[in-house]
Amino acid sequence: MVELGAACLIASPIACLYAAGAAIAGARRGDRRLVESSRRAIYALCALLTVSVVVLEAAFLRSDFSVALVADHSSTTTPTGYKLTAMWSSQGGSLLLWAWVLSIASSGVLYLTRGRHRELVPYATAVLAGIGLFFTMLLLLGANPFDRLDPAPAEGAGLTPLLRHPMMAIHPVMLYSGYVLWSIPFAFAIGALITRRLDASWIRSTRRFALVAWIFLGVGILLGSRWSYSELGWGGYWGWDAVENASLMPWLVGTAFLHSVMVQERRGMLKVWNVSLIVATFTLALLGTFLVRSGILESIHAFGASTVGGPLLGLIAVVIVGSAALIVSRLDDLRSERRIESLASRESVFLVNNLLLVGLAVVIFWGTFFPLISEAFTGEKSSLGSPWFDRYTAPLAIVLVLFTGIGPLLAWRRVSAGSLWGLVRVPIAVAVVATIAVAAFTDALDHPAALILFACAFFALAALAAEFWRGAAAQRALTGGGRLEALGRVVTRNRRRYGGYIVHAGIAILFIAVAASSSFQTSEDLRLTPGQSGQVGDYTVTYVEPTQSIDPKEQKLSFGAVLDVTRDGKRFATLHPARQYYSSTTSDATIAGFFEGEATSEVGKRTSIGGDLWTAMRPDLAPLDKVIAGVDRRLEATLPEIGSQGPTPAQVEAMRAYTDRQGAAIRNLAALYVANPLPVDFRVNVNPFVIWIWLGGAVSVIGGLVAVWPAPEARRRRVSDVYAARLARDLGRA
Amino acid sequence: MEIVLALVVLAVLAAFVVAPLRRRGPEPAESESPERADLEARKEALYRQIRDAQLDREQGKLSQADWKRLDAELRREAIAVLKRIDAAGDSPGTSV
Repeated sequence: MVELGAACLIASPIACLYAAGAAIAGARRGDRRLVESSRRAIYALCALLTVSVVVLEAAFLRSDFSVALVADHSSTTTPTGYKLTAMWSSQGGSLLLWAWVLSIASSGVLYLTRGRHRELVPYATAVLAGIGLFFTMLLLLGANPFDRLDPAPAEGAGLTPLLRHPMMAIHPVMLYSGYVLWSIPFAFAIGALITRRLDASWIRSTRRFALVAWIFLGVGILLGSRWSYSELGWGGYWGWDAVENASLMPWLVGTAFLHSVMVQERRGMLKVWNVSLIVATFTLALLGTFLVRSGILESIHAFGASTVGGPLLGLIAVVIVGSAALIVSRLDDLRSERRIESLASRESVFLVNNLLLVGLAVVIFWGTFFPLISEAFTGEKSSLGSPWFDRYTAPLAIVLVLFTGIGPLLAWRRVSAGSLWGLVRVPIAVAVVATIAVAAFTDALDHPAALILFACAFFALAALAAEFWRGAAAQRALTGGGRLEALGRVVTRNRRRYGGYIVHAGIAILFIAVAASSSFQTSEDLRLTPGQSGQVGDYTVTYVEPTQSIDPKEQKLSFGAVLDVTRDGKRFATLHPARQYYSSTTSDATIAGFFEGEATSEVGKRTSIGGDLWTAMRPDLAPLDKVIAGVDRRLEATLPEIGSQGPTPAQVEAMRAYTDRQGAAIRNLAALYVANPLPVDFRVNVNPFVIWIWLGGAVSVIGGLVAVWPAPEARRRRVSDVYAARLARDLGRA
Repeated sequence: MEIVLALVVLAVLAAFVVAPLRRRGPEPAESESPERADLEARKEALYRQIRDAQLDREQGKLSQADWKRLDAELRREAIAVLKRIDAAGDSPGTSV
């Protein structure tokens, strides 16, 4: 079946080329048959790439090592679930995923806009087909996932151990889908620029795609941080790593875009800003793909080689230069229809929050690329660490949280001073009382930045709660019923508004958790042998005993520990951290091979809503080096030789005996680790409120889904009819 | 066998893609003109703004005077759009 997938991949750029050519020719000649044919070519592209993906996944499931990609990223011992997800751990597989998601999203948007935007859609189709052409050509020329090996190896290299984690099965798909889906509003923006149809119609047609891209990217970032927290063993969830930053930048600029397009939709303002923001978001999404795949900056998240870096940079340059030229040439058509009437208006707040979000992205961009900038000027790569990022992002984040609360309180156009005071006094009172309570009962006064952030977040949460309260009360006054029923009704009738408020509440919760878990974290590195204890904050941690386990299916050897934790003399928790070692397929040494490759941490943690007690371990295996080398030497001496004619029955028997000896040697080593415990380095962290980072993120995602969910068509029509009837009366008088 | 299967898939897709080019007769009517689509979208946006302003007034974000001024302004804009839609005169479309 591999040839079928390869053939479909070869046909994909042809479909893209045809779609782009037919779309442009159709637009120029006004021939709608050509335009429809170009849309169908995008559907065909989707079908071709779907076949390619299915064929490749089938090759992974069958462990078909004649496919180089399968041999390099899977093995017969890789669990079935991870065989399915191994595709996107590779360069070719992840680029195929990019192209496939693009073809699905493009087909979706072209289906939804069929028969509409006659002038704009063909150019948007051409842009989407152009992006598709780039990625399918990149696959064919630089990272063909269907490249074959002859002869096929008997066993594959297996999946990178760090990626054998449930989060890693979903995280890359979410992140890539987030990156890819920004192509849709970008393509429509370019179409609008080319055709000079620069009203808000392109925004309305792609708003949901932008929101879904934002949700996917957000979920991807949250899952990545959770993976980092529970798998990497360094104790944090965010390290300002280049690849982490690369995903955050388009999310920040995309968030700014989602806010500022509302200003254009309602007030006809910020047109240049909006097209610039979507170009920046898409460029940063490409940059994210480039950073993961190029290996140009060091990252614990980068699993790619550098073969596609150059072409990706070329595409980024084309996008920037082409879009900038187009925007400059259309400046006359991009003039605002109105001006901001009052600083006390929602559009003013949106403008401020846009500047803050873009400011954050600029700071992160500078910090991320500083190694390259410094190398260009000084010849040496210098990187900026977490303290630098914290110093410059924290003030911007604090003000942003404050505006998360202010924005929903204000009406569009203008709010009178009297109304404004009536709206803010309760949230201010709540924020003041809550902040004083935090300062009184914790040592928050020692962390002024965190305290200010708490105050802003409390204000935002109180303001949002008041919004829901007032909305439900207004609905109740109109329709009666219970308070909860009224709340449900007002949310479902105003999904965009209240979905956005839920997102804001989630963000405020997330920021409280970030400030609390980072400012009030207690962290200790302890070196313990069984029976010894160490103190971490209020907790006494005792290393009770070592543990071991062997997973023959995954070829995994695990050295663990049992830790007893007491607090104020009372038993608090028993933790089971472990360090996992995977047999290396590239090493000749049976035992040493486990310790030459990547190892993963199984974090031991106790989670509660008040905070996590988190620990990771690293046994000091140096004393075992001589034992391991001796065992490997003895095993190697007994390795039966097999001639080129294939093994004789006696040699097969000898091979079986050798495999048994290998298994016994591994079991003996594990038993030795338990019988003669070695010192272990433990990192123990007390992370207050850390779980609220992901709970806050989940609240935001739910809010995003509420905002994106369409109102039933019948209800939309009914509402329109009500207003139409009302206006018809006015029309009669007009 | 696989090659044959691949050729069949490609042939079916190619036929699907070029089918509109083989269509004879007049082009099917557009469900709405671009101008009409824009006006419909602007109308929906104005309806939403009128409703939001009403909700803002009920929640105390807008004073009665501010709301009256804003509502009248939005309704004036909506009436102007409705008149232009009437003048355009073809069938309404749907929004995505």
